Amino acid sequence: MPTSINHLAPPTGGIADNIAGFARALRAAGLPVGPGAVIDAMTALEVIDIGKRPDVFTTLESIFVKRHEHALIFAQAFDLFFRPAEEWKSMLDSVPLPDHAKKKPPPASRRVQEAMSQPHTHEEPQAQEQDLRLSVSDREVLQKKDFAQMSAAEIAEVARAIAKMRLPQAELKTRRYTADPRGHRIDMRKTLRQALRTEGEIINFHRLGRLEKPAPIVALLDISGSMSEYTRLFLHFLHAITDARKRVSVFLFGTRLTNVTRSLRQRDPDEALASCSANVEDWAGGTRIATSLQTFNKQWARRVLGQGAIVLLISDGLEREADAKLAFEMDRLHRSCRRLIWLNPLLRYSGFEAKAQGIKTMLPHVDEFRPVHNLTSIEALISALSSPLPAHSRNVIRPAA
Amino acid sequence: MSAVALPASVDAMLELLSSRGYLAERALATVTYLSLRMGRPLFLEGEAGVGKTEIAKVLSAALGRKLIRLQCYEGLDVASAVYEWNSAAQMIAIRLAEAGGDVDRDQLTSDIFAERYLIKRPLLQALEPDVAGSPVLLIDELDRADEAFEAYLLEILSDFQVTIPEFGTVKAPHPPIVIITSNRTREIHDALKRRCLYHWVDYPSAERELAIVKTRLPGISQRLSQQVVRFVQALRDQDFYKSPGVAETLDWATALTELDARSLNAEVVGDTLGALLKYQDDIARMQGDQLQKAIKDATSET
Repeated sequence: MPTSINHLAPPTGGIADNIAGFARALRAAGLPVGPGAVIDAMTALEVIDIGKRPDVFTTLESIFVKRHEHALIFAQAFDLFFRPAEEWKSMLDSVPLPDHAKKKPPPASRRVQEAMSQPHTHEEPQAQEQDLRLSVSDREVLQKKDFAQMSAAEIAEVARAIAKMRLPQAELKTRRYTADPRGHRIDMRKTLRQALRTEGEIINFHRLGRLEKPAPIVALLDISGSMSEYTRLFLHFLHAITDARKRVSVFLFGTRLTNVTRSLRQRDPDEALASCSANVEDWAGGTRIATSLQTFNKQWARRVLGQGAIVLLISDGLEREADAKLAFEMDRLHRSCRRLIWLNPLLRYSGFEAKAQGIKTMLPHVDEFRPVHNLTSIEALISALSSPLPAHSRNVIRPAA
Repeated sequence: MSAVALPASVDAMLELLSSRGYLAERALATVTYLSLRMGRPLFLEGEAGVGKTEIAKVLSAALGRKLIRLQCYEGLDVASAVYEWNSAAQMIAIRLAEAGGDVDRDQLTSDIFAERYLIKRPLLQALEPDVAGSPVLLIDELDRADEAFEAYLLEILSDFQVTIPEFGTVKAPHPPIVIITSNRTREIHDALKRRCLYHWVDYPSAERELAIVKTRLPGISQRLSQQVVRFVQALRDQDFYKSPGVAETLDWATALTELDARSLNAEVVGDTLGALLKYQDDIARMQGDQLQKAIKDATSET
């Protein structure tokens, strides 16, 4: 059994085991700790006085923790791990691992099971012929069908259609330059290099133009009970666009806000969605839009909206506590992004009127209000996202609501 | 500048920093000491105004090393961060070679891509040997640069070398002391953080902040400095959009001493609140009763 670091007077082989074991414990608790970090930790412990517990703590923290959010997990693990030897074993059994670190069946297994248990009735040639004929009109129906009214098989079909959608690259000019024959800057370095081939005679100027890249997208998805029929498909949609471009951040909110961007980066949609739901504690609960927006504005807005982001707010806006706070937070969100698009599945009803107090409060602060309840509306959204962006809205003074 | 030996322990590091008026928490001194001993870059993250940039300045002054600062911004590219060729001088060299008559193409190439036509920007300067010891390289507010630049930094930070296609590879004989700061306006990629020692710089405790105020503003009265610190610490507990940092505390304390304030009162605080809070919403919240109460709390025990 490894001994505690407090009990180690001279550095013996025990310390290496200790660090390796500690790194394993951290990994199990969800911290990304690579083998390089273990070697670093060993090197670092050689240069400090390991008799001083706070110094050992800071040293290991600076190496194993690379995100501020992980500091708390590290501190708990450190306290539990580096204890006198006799306490050690019983304590380690009770290390409170976060839920997402606990073993669970791999997400793809459900698909494998489904595939294996599929009855073979569809293989009759007659039925297959019929299926083919139906499938065209099926798809047309699917385009218009409300997500909330779909069967499991139809949802799977829509998820596949969504996965195939590609976001056109709505371009933003950056301050970087790239080779561009019609650019307005001369690339002196390249021009001179070229000139050397002709004994110093400059034959043509190479030019630079502004590099363009897609505008970042930040999605805030309401996962409260009233939205539950839509959330899974929206997550599929967000997964598809996260996959296609780099700068997409996704937040889920119900009663509290959760950042699931990293979860959605996983390539397999099932795995990504399973990872999302594991991270969220308030799935299909109540809604507190104002509080969630406040958290977003305070903790994340400066970090993810900086580069002229488009915000997709996906919510039905059914908020009971619609008050000045909601208006205030909506206004702040509106002022800190380039374009705020509110996607509301309630717009599917043709006679929809903004009567709910929450909707009335939020509506003055959005740039666009769009329905999003079937494939057609998602396609319309994609074409809207690809249309040229309006000029930077941050300098525009809007009347206060 | 004369070279100063690197501190030999965390306590020596603390002493070195405080000798230049930087009162660091022990944790910060520990990671700084480690980064010096291990030759690894130090990545400091934290709210604006908690003293991240300051530590690089203090370190360079205390160790007698040159400070090279690279302020990051969106669109920062190799030409302004690492090197650029002096095209105008190169053109003249080409014209002169032409005028001389005998143009030997290979000779010309090696002539005009020589070191004297190379304009060295901060990162390349930091790789050069210096008599006083390797310099302190401050890469400030890395979160403002874009991802492409961050990726470029990876090579420099792990091998401390730069490859210039026309010229060759420049490698530092001794790695510079690298301090990277970020205000978290964007997440920095894990690959870069992995190459660094990471530390989150927090707001100081009340005692430390009081000591900082007294060190930086020796003329301030005991009573006022205590009130200032208590007021600021109370503000940080509140849910403001932007809490005041140490830099703001010092600004505010300076403003109060300039106005000859002996003690906090509603009038003088109201006039100078802009030195502490930088958002209109936050200032608007701190009015009337709330302001009175905060002042009362801060002044009650003195």
